[in-house]
Formats: sequence, C-alpha cells, structure tokens
Amino acid sequence: MKPFVQKLDELTPEMVALVDRVVEEHQNDPTQLVGILLDIQDGVERHYIPEPVAYYLSQRLSIRVTQIYDVVTFYSMLYDKPRAKYTLEVCNSAPCRVKDSDTLVETLKRLLNLEVGEVTYDGRFCIEKVPCFGACDVSPAVRVNGAVYGHLDSEERVLDMLRQLD
Amino acid sequence: MSENMIHLTINHMPVEVPAGTRIIEAAHSIGIDIPHLCYHPDQSIKAHCRMCMVEVTGQRKLLAACSTLVWEGMEVITDSKRVYDAQVGVLDLILADHHQDCLACARNNNCDLQNLCRRFNRLKPDLPDVSSKERPRLDNPSIVRDPTKCVKCGRCVKVCTEVQGIGALSFTGRSAACKVTTAFDLPMNETDCVLCGQCTLVCPVGALTEVDHTSHVRHALHDPTKHVVVQVAPSVRVALGDDFGMEPGALVTGKMVTALKMIGFEKVFDTNFSADLTIMEEGSELLDRIKNGGCLPMITSCSPGWVNFMEKHHPEMIPHLSTAKSPQGMFGAVLKTYYAQRMGWDPKDIVSVSVMPCTAKKFEATRPELGRNGYQDVDVVLTTRELAKLIRYEGLDLKRLPESEFDAPLGTGSGAGAIFGNTGGVMEAALRTAYELYTGKELPRLEFEAVRGEVGGIREATIDLGGTSLKVAVANGLKNAEEVIRRVESGEADYLFIEIMACPGGCIGGGGQPIGTNNAKRQARIKALYALDKSLPLRKSHENPDIKTIYEEFFDHPLSHKAHELLHTTYAARPKRYDFTPYLHGTQK
Repeated sequence: MKPFVQKLDELTPEMVALVDRVVEEHQNDPTQLVGILLDIQDGVERHYIPEPVAYYLSQRLSIRVTQIYDVVTFYSMLYDKPRAKYTLEVCNSAPCRVKDSDTLVETLKRLLNLEVGEVTYDGRFCIEKVPCFGACDVSPAVRVNGAVYGHLDSEERVLDMLRQLD
Repeated sequence: MSENMIHLTINHMPVEVPAGTRIIEAAHSIGIDIPHLCYHPDQSIKAHCRMCMVEVTGQRKLLAACSTLVWEGMEVITDSKRVYDAQVGVLDLILADHHQDCLACARNNNCDLQNLCRRFNRLKPDLPDVSSKERPRLDNPSIVRDPTKCVKCGRCVKVCTEVQGIGALSFTGRSAACKVTTAFDLPMNETDCVLCGQCTLVCPVGALTEVDHTSHVRHALHDPTKHVVVQVAPSVRVALGDDFGMEPGALVTGKMVTALKMIGFEKVFDTNFSADLTIMEEGSELLDRIKNGGCLPMITSCSPGWVNFMEKHHPEMIPHLSTAKSPQGMFGAVLKTYYAQRMGWDPKDIVSVSVMPCTAKKFEATRPELGRNGYQDVDVVLTTRELAKLIRYEGLDLKRLPESEFDAPLGTGSGAGAIFGNTGGVMEAALRTAYELYTGKELPRLEFEAVRGEVGGIREATIDLGGTSLKVAVANGLKNAEEVIRRVESGEADYLFIEIMACPGGCIGGGGQPIGTNNAKRQARIKALYALDKSLPLRKSHENPDIKTIYEEFFDHPLSHKAHELLHTTYAARPKRYDFTPYLHGTQK
C-alpha cells in the first residue's frame, strides 16, 4: 500500500501550486475567501485546510491568518483537521430511503468494517449520511468527492464502486 | 438650542442628547447604568452579549441599548419586569457557560460579570454548569488565557484588530462551539501576538489576565539572604491610585514609595533615573548616527511590545531601532553591576523587581540579551495591577499612607524621565538633551508642544537644532506604528527620529495598568505626567546629578565601551512559523 499523508506540517511545492492556481482563478480577491477555501480543500488529498496552507494563503491574499481560521471553523463544509480521502456520502432523504439506502449503508459498514462517521485506519474511507444531493433518479446512490455512483442495489455493484476508488 | 439635539425619555425622565448618541450613552449621561459586558466606550459597537436589552415604547422586541441610536420622542424603559427577566435570563445563560471559579480568579472583586451577579442578586446559579473544561493556557511569560471564563464579548478581538492592528485573537467556530482563540489554537507567542496586553485590559472577566508573579516577590521578600530591590516605572505613579478609588491621574508617588517600603523592599528606586540614562545613550546614539551616517531614521526601543512587533513583523527595519536598552533593562544592568559593586553585594543575591505598566515587560525581562554570567538583570516584573494586589495583601490603604522619597542614588529622576510614561514623552526628553548636546547652548523653551498630543494618531514635527532641522514623528498604538513604518519604507517621509509606543497613549495606557483604563483616564494620566514634569526643578536628563555621577564613576561617557556592554542590546528577527520565501517569487508580494 502506498504511504498515506497523515498531516501536512510543511508547505510542499504541490500545495503552493494549488493555492496559487485557486487564488488566480478567484482574481486574487480576498472577498471570495469561502470559494477559495472550498476549492483548495477539494484539491488537498484529505480534504481539509492544512495549517501551512492557511498561512501561505493569508500571505497571498494579504489577510490575517486568524480570519482564515475563523472562516474555516465557522462553516461546517470547511475542515481544519484531515478527513478521509474518500468520504462516502449516502443520501438519507426519503426517496433514497424508499429505494433502500439503509441496506446500502449496512453493506458499506460491513465491507469496510466501519461505523458511520468513522475513518478507516489508513485514512482512506469514511461513511457519512447526508441530505439529498439530487441523485434520486439513480438511487440508492453514493457521492464521493463530488462524483455520484448510482444504482448501488447489490453488493457486487458496491464493491465495484469501491474498486474504482483506488 | 441646537437642531441636532434629540429629546427622549428614559424611565420617564426627560433627556437631551446629541443626535448619533446610543441609548446606553444617553442613559449614562443621567446616571443610569444599563448592564453590559461587550460595550466599551473606546470600541466600535458589537452588540454580542445582549445584556443591555431595554424596552422602547412602540417596539415589539427589546432593543440592544448599546447599538440602538436615540430618536426624537423615544421612550425607553430600562427597569420593567420584561427587561429584568430578559437581562437575568441572559446573565444566567452566560453564567452557565462560565467556569465559576471566582475565589481563585485573578479578577475576583474586579469583574464585570461578578458585578452584574451582585447587582441582580444571582447568588447561586439556577442553571446547570455547561462550561468547557479546557485548561488555562499558560504558554508565554506575559498573558494567561482561560477559555472557560470567556463570555465571548469580543472586546479583546476588537482591541487586537482595530487598535493594535495585530489580529492575533479571533472568534472561531460557530454557535455552541464558538470561542475566542488564536489561529489554529496556537500558543500566543507563536502567533502574531506581541504580548502588549491590551486584551487583558479590556477583558470584562478573567479570561485574559497577566501571568501573576506576586508570589515570587513574596517568596523573595521572606528570604533573608536576598537583597530585594524594586524599580517603579514613570507611568505607574499616575495610574496606581485608580485601583484604590482615587481620581484618574492622581499622583501617588510618595504613598507608593511608602507602600513599597512597607511591603519590605530593601531599596525602592525610580525607573525615571534609568529613563534619564536611556536619554543619554539614545540621544547620543541619534547624534552619532546623524554625524557619522548611521541608519536613519532612528526609532525608539523603550516599548517592549513595539520591539516584539519589529522582530516579528518588520525584521527588515531592525537596524533602525535604537540599540539602547529600555529603562527597565538599563536599570537592571546598573543595579547588578554598578550598584552591587558600590554596596559590596554579590549580584546573585540581588532580586531585581520592577513594577511596570506592561505585560510585554515580563517577556522582555526573560530575554537572554538582558543578563550576564547566568543571571537576568530583572528577575521579576510586576504589573501595576499586581502591585495593587501586593499592597492589598499587606492590608495597606494607599490613600491614607504618608509620603516618602525614593532611595538614593538610583532614585533621582528628572521631569524628562517622568514623561517617558506617555506618548511623545521620550521624544521630548530626547530633544531637550539632544538640543543642548548638539548646539552646546541652553534650550530657550523646554516644552515641545508639537510632539505632545492625544491618545492615538500620528504626530509629525520639524525641530530646529540650532540651524539643523530634525524631522520627527511620534505614534502610539501599533496600528499607527504600522502606518509610520509604511511611510518610511515607501520613502513618503524623511524622518530622522521616531518615537513609538505600542499601547494607546503610551505606557500610561499600558496592558498592565489597572482594569478600567480607558481613553478618558489615559488623557488624565498624560496631563498628570506633564504637570509632574513642570513641577520638578530638574527637567533635563543630562542635568540629573546622579546621571553625571554614574558617568564619572562608572561609564565614562555615553556610548563608551562599558556603556555598550551594559546599556545597549541587540535584536533579532523572530523565526516565522512558516518560511515561504522560496515560494514567493513571481507573486504579488
């Protein structure tokens, strides 16, 4: 298994490139901080805002790092601690529940030996229950880092989906 | 009658106030204190705490008195049952989330929250305790943070961001998880914080306090093998009285000296003496830099918050800082060398205590540069607040104490040394000496009004030094300091000498001054120090007879080899948490 980044203590050239790219895409505009942070978080393997990245971003945008930390801790979609590389979001709104998303959750829990909200020891998977993300037509469905995997109504299909994820 | 006066009633009492006044201020003007925690007269409106809710006739909801502007014909009720119930409800909720550890709290008997409980007769909490169980954060020599006491009023955040321009503290999290802390919850010293302590001055409760060193002093006082010697900063004598219910700006020098002697200090000396010494060194350094093409403008280095600021935020400007130590540092060095020699004391047996208006001084005293042969020049730094605590511990009533004099020979200070305690004072003191040293003539008029001034802001002046003009600037508050640095770096200004004090108004408004220090009190203290200066027969540092003696007996002349060794110091850029220089090429910075 390839080594997995637990926590970023130093700024890497990749992170610098990511921040530079995202900041450029947002016209170096500090008022777009929330969008910038969401885009950076998407680009970081474990989907959070590492401390050195926040410090670097504060220099790039000429704002205080406390302001960045304030925003990161304010919004529930922004994280200051590492998350799973693949968060398996299962819809628990009524249409998916009708199409038996509960069984899907149970299958995921059994296959990964994981409770909802926990992260696997290697930091790769996490199961979360989320409200509707608009995939009722292909339910029961899972969303992983923005991509939707539908019709997960058998163990084979679930396994197939997990294999696609690295 | 002016047109922009507004007429309203508060509890049926007619009030007339200028337009733009807020209900809480209008009520204050007729002697009604509307309960509040987040409101502070020197800060912008926050309306966080909701303690100040009042009833306004015709309004469905209660309104926050701190944020609502008065209007013509407004009828305010501050004492109805509805108002009382709402305020007590808020108070109970704040208490439920507050670690009620009053007896062990630094702010016991001096706490806005406790005062409200007393006022509303909330003797025992009604609601269960849901406060967080975090440990107090003791991670630097100056300031302790106790998040369990925080009431999230936001005063510290405002002062740090708006007055000092630092922004080391901020609100983080949301709802129940909301707390005030540093970025990534780091120790304060590892953030942009310069330990100025303004946050400890505005905190209504015990969430931000100075690190208490009174027990160190009491321990030393009880040790018969030690010589415990104290020095007192110029600004303490016009602020200490506040803590004992005296008029703002009351001058308590004589009573304070008596109190210190009764507490048991073997010698009670005056930092004004070493302020004079600082002027001799700093003034000579300035003239030397001007004559020999040194790094200009030269910037004062007395304020430790300011020195921290330079080392952390503008290391490229460090060559501009005067290498002269602060008066506290100089005093410590003189005490443990010259004075120890004179008295035949072993420097290791001296406990050098200083009373300062400042939390950053506690950090300064720990600097390895300020000591030699394995000891520090200043062993313990007490703030004005801690001195008040010691005086109470002794059971002394400051107001009724007789007056006494500082001990000789390190107890003589000039008026120039006294005004070190307020903004513009170091500049004025330096100019008095520099003028006479430079021109060799007597100064026709001692007062340099152009550099005197108000709390906050930047002042510029051009001083005539017998034909040579000296462009100077004075700033207080770090936000203003940042602006001065910008003007220097951009080449917009061609100052030769700059005085900067980190706290608003200078040391008289320092982070270690009595709780309740606000801009009105700062102004009163500035006035008191200028009055003290005027009343003294000795008003120029270089005419201080003890200064003359110390140069004759010990240092030879300003900037001598020995003076350099003992009275000057070095500064170093503080390592940044992350060094991005390799990555910053090609970006806008």
